[in-house]
Amino acid sequence: MHEDLKAGVRDSLAILLGILPFALVFGIAADGAGLTMGQTVAMSAAVFAGTAQLAAVELLGDAAPLAVVIGTAVVINLRMLMYSASIAPHLATYHKRTRAYLAYFLTDHVYAVSIGEYVNEDRDRDKRLYYLGLGLSIWLIWIVGTVAGAVFSAGVPPAWQLDFVIPLVFLAILVPAMKTRPQVAAALVSAGVAIGVFTAGIPAGLDLMVGAVVGIVAGVATEEVLSR
Amino acid sequence: MSGYSALEIWAVIVAVGVATYLIRLSFIHLFGRINEVPPRVKLFLKFVPAAVLAALVAPQLISIGPTVQETLVDERLLAGVVAGVVAWWTEDILATIVAGMVALWTLQFLLF
Repeated sequence: MHEDLKAGVRDSLAILLGILPFALVFGIAADGAGLTMGQTVAMSAAVFAGTAQLAAVELLGDAAPLAVVIGTAVVINLRMLMYSASIAPHLATYHKRTRAYLAYFLTDHVYAVSIGEYVNEDRDRDKRLYYLGLGLSIWLIWIVGTVAGAVFSAGVPPAWQLDFVIPLVFLAILVPAMKTRPQVAAALVSAGVAIGVFTAGIPAGLDLMVGAVVGIVAGVATEEVLSR
Repeated sequence: MSGYSALEIWAVIVAVGVATYLIRLSFIHLFGRINEVPPRVKLFLKFVPAAVLAALVAPQLISIGPTVQETLVDERLLAGVVAGVVAWWTEDILATIVAGMVALWTLQFLLF
């Protein structure tokens, strides 16, 4: 195996503990929402993005309209526009076809770890091979974890309330995302509006859409007021 | 899961998969023609995680009951608060899950 490919695999193993539990939770959530094993694995392979996958199966479990399910997952993944723009100069010398398959592996972890490696001037890595080692290895961990979670979930009695793991994961990602005052404003307004809409008994999923949109606008407005 | 056909589930998988791939490919493909996310778009994107996640979590933790007491004394809300503190303290998904689940089971044992 090429040394830089190996380095990518090794660095993926270093963050295994950050990825595997999330994959297990997705497997559990997908099983809980009634997806078949084939659908669960296909979603992990096709989407390859934990938060969006988890949101999608959560909304499917709530019988939300399909447009809301798809729209929410896609909006959550819009952050990858930033990753794509940031990593693009490092991959610009490769052939169009090479860039097309490298793009598939661009997850939070693959982006963060490889960009860190690329800007480290002490190391002259083959960028493609390092990225591939990292991406393929994380992909494999993701799929194996998904299957393990779905198998595990099927054997656990409902009294354990494993479904509660899903909001806990969202919470674990939400809290560190509330670093600035405008972000706190976005989260609080979004939560308040979502609860209000939900309590009013409006069809599933709309609480999310309305809450998120109003929350984002509140965040932007707070930022503009504070920067004046 | 209520009311979806297998075809509808597959449609979600394919649609989200294709859209996500196109988002990933966007600037990697266009580099040389467009090299940056427009600042205005960036400003809105910055608030997507906080707003979307809060809207996903809040209705699951807080269910408005007929009285203030019934709203607040709820095992999912209280376990969520414990997990939130642990998330803030550790910024670790695994620690947050463990704290929240243990809190939920403990509260159920004590309260109900």
